Amino acid sequence: MTTGALTSELVADPGPERAAPPTATRQAKRGKSRSPEDSADRGIVSANDWRRPRIKWTWRVSHGILLVLLIIVGLGPLLWLAKSAITPTVDTLQNPMAIFPHGVDWSTLSNAWNKVGIGVQFMNTLWIAVGSWFLQLLVATTGGFALAILRPKYGKIINALVLSTLFVPAVVLLVPLYLTILHPPLINQSLINTYWAVWLPAGANAFNILLVTRFFNNLPREVFEAAKTDGAGPFRLFWSVVLPMSKPILGVISVFAIINAWKDYLWPFLVLRDPGVQPLSVRLPSLQQAIQLDVYLAALAISTLIPVVLFLIFQGMFLRSAGLGGAVKG
Amino acid sequence: MTTLERRTEGQLERRPDGQRRHRYSPVTWVRGGGLTNLVFLLPLLIVFGVFSWTPIVEAVVMSVQHTNLVTPATFVGVNNFVQVFKDPLFWTAVRNTGLFALLALIFGYPLPLILAVLMSEVRKAKGLFSALAYLPVVVPPVVAVLLWKFFYDASPTGVFNTVLHWVGIAPQPWIQNATSAMPSLVLEATWAAAGGTIIIYLAALTGVAPELYDAAEVDGSSIWQKIWHVTLPQLRGVLLVTLILQIIGTSQVFLEPFLFTNGGPANATVTILQLIYRYAFENSLGGNYGAATALSILLALFLAILSFVYFRITKSWSDN
Repeated sequence: MTTGALTSELVADPGPERAAPPTATRQAKRGKSRSPEDSADRGIVSANDWRRPRIKWTWRVSHGILLVLLIIVGLGPLLWLAKSAITPTVDTLQNPMAIFPHGVDWSTLSNAWNKVGIGVQFMNTLWIAVGSWFLQLLVATTGGFALAILRPKYGKIINALVLSTLFVPAVVLLVPLYLTILHPPLINQSLINTYWAVWLPAGANAFNILLVTRFFNNLPREVFEAAKTDGAGPFRLFWSVVLPMSKPILGVISVFAIINAWKDYLWPFLVLRDPGVQPLSVRLPSLQQAIQLDVYLAALAISTLIPVVLFLIFQGMFLRSAGLGGAVKG
Repeated sequence: MTTLERRTEGQLERRPDGQRRHRYSPVTWVRGGGLTNLVFLLPLLIVFGVFSWTPIVEAVVMSVQHTNLVTPATFVGVNNFVQVFKDPLFWTAVRNTGLFALLALIFGYPLPLILAVLMSEVRKAKGLFSALAYLPVVVPPVVAVLLWKFFYDASPTGVFNTVLHWVGIAPQPWIQNATSAMPSLVLEATWAAAGGTIIIYLAALTGVAPELYDAAEVDGSSIWQKIWHVTLPQLRGVLLVTLILQIIGTSQVFLEPFLFTNGGPANATVTILQLIYRYAFENSLGGNYGAATALSILLALFLAILSFVYFRITKSWSDN
């Protein structure tokens, strides 16, 4: 997370407009007026060029090839996993590319879920995701509200301290954070093997604070003023005015929080040693040697299902957040 | 500047000068909203204080201490750093991490740009293209690595080797061979990450003003000339940022070498993060937390200096 400055450069103008980035507006335009002549709606290739058969067909053919490649590379491995999850081990080993040479074996899925106990890890993952999601929203919205709307005098210092953590790579925190979880302050009990060990550090997400304060800063302050005149205190203002106005940014944070909980490996691997509380990502590598290949592949397929389904449902939100996602990764 | 602030300031000004010091008494502090501010900031202060700010400071302190969790920590100066530099694996890890970052640039930097430029001209079902490209990013990284680990099976009936057999290429050892292990890791990492970069570029491409292309055509530019003289310069900012972000990200690679090869074969894929992990958590004599934090501080410093220099240089380019 060394990437504060870089991040803010990529996110040059996050604000309420985030909900409708250029892509969306342009696609909307495209939908209304489909004629390629519309010069406001053009890309590299001009309308004139599109009319020339040689150029038109060069692009069309290369797009066709691109589509086939994307299907093979993007979708292919997932389709293979789905197929192999219900193929008997022998078939997958002897002829991995054949499609059901000796029929389908549905029992692998229930074996993975019940006998291997992937169901437990599945629920653990869900629980980790829900907890991190809630904590991240709590910290980001209350903190963002205080920093961007209440604006205490010392707010700038806190804001600077929060943003400065974006420049510190996550690896620097690894060991001291682990020791903090081992011996947390005030409470005399190790948080190892509890979900708090994952939830609490997830809450300390500076990128969320950055997004929320920028968004809150761009909300019209006249509305708050009006609410205050109507006798709304800060808590009422927060709950009934600011939060309802912030759905787009809360959606973005929620997507990140849930996906990250599903993706995270090293940290939960360190602090959740007991298989009974481990999420899927931590448990899967240790299953590799222990169980039959077909059941193992079924477990992999089950683990992939939720993120992929979430993606297919909330595609627009994912792709809009993706630009930010690239920025958080560093 | 803000209406809310103006109001509180106004209230203060209305008070006679002699009473202004009351502002600092607890009662006026609470009435003025000081307590409310703090209540709202509390979750942030606790979570960041305990799980971000303190650990960062502790990391710096621990890098010059000997900590074993039994006896109190003792100051050892630069000993931990010396120990890190003396570790014969250190330079191996630096070389491997550098190789990973370099290969990731070669495999994964131009490709998303080319694909994004191609995809930006798609007229129908553009969403399908982006969704397909982004799909690998949604797959949980652990699943992706474990799946590819199976694909990389070195036997002739491995998934990739079967496909290679179709086109008449002999079976490859993939991750089982010291030379081909690292490129194999990078190949998977590129597959997993390229979609995200493509989406960033696609968003940037829609931001290029159409008038610029119109103007280029008036000057008689061909499609290639438009890409070279309009598209790429317009994407320059994004391209520069994704480049350094990718370098920062890949120099902290852990998952792939850890799960694919655990540093092998013959230490060919040991990376810096893996070394940190080994110091702290795989030491049978108890964690060597000093060496682990020292190495992580070194990495952080290196990345900070690198990004600083990078931005200095690229800024001087844009000034010219």
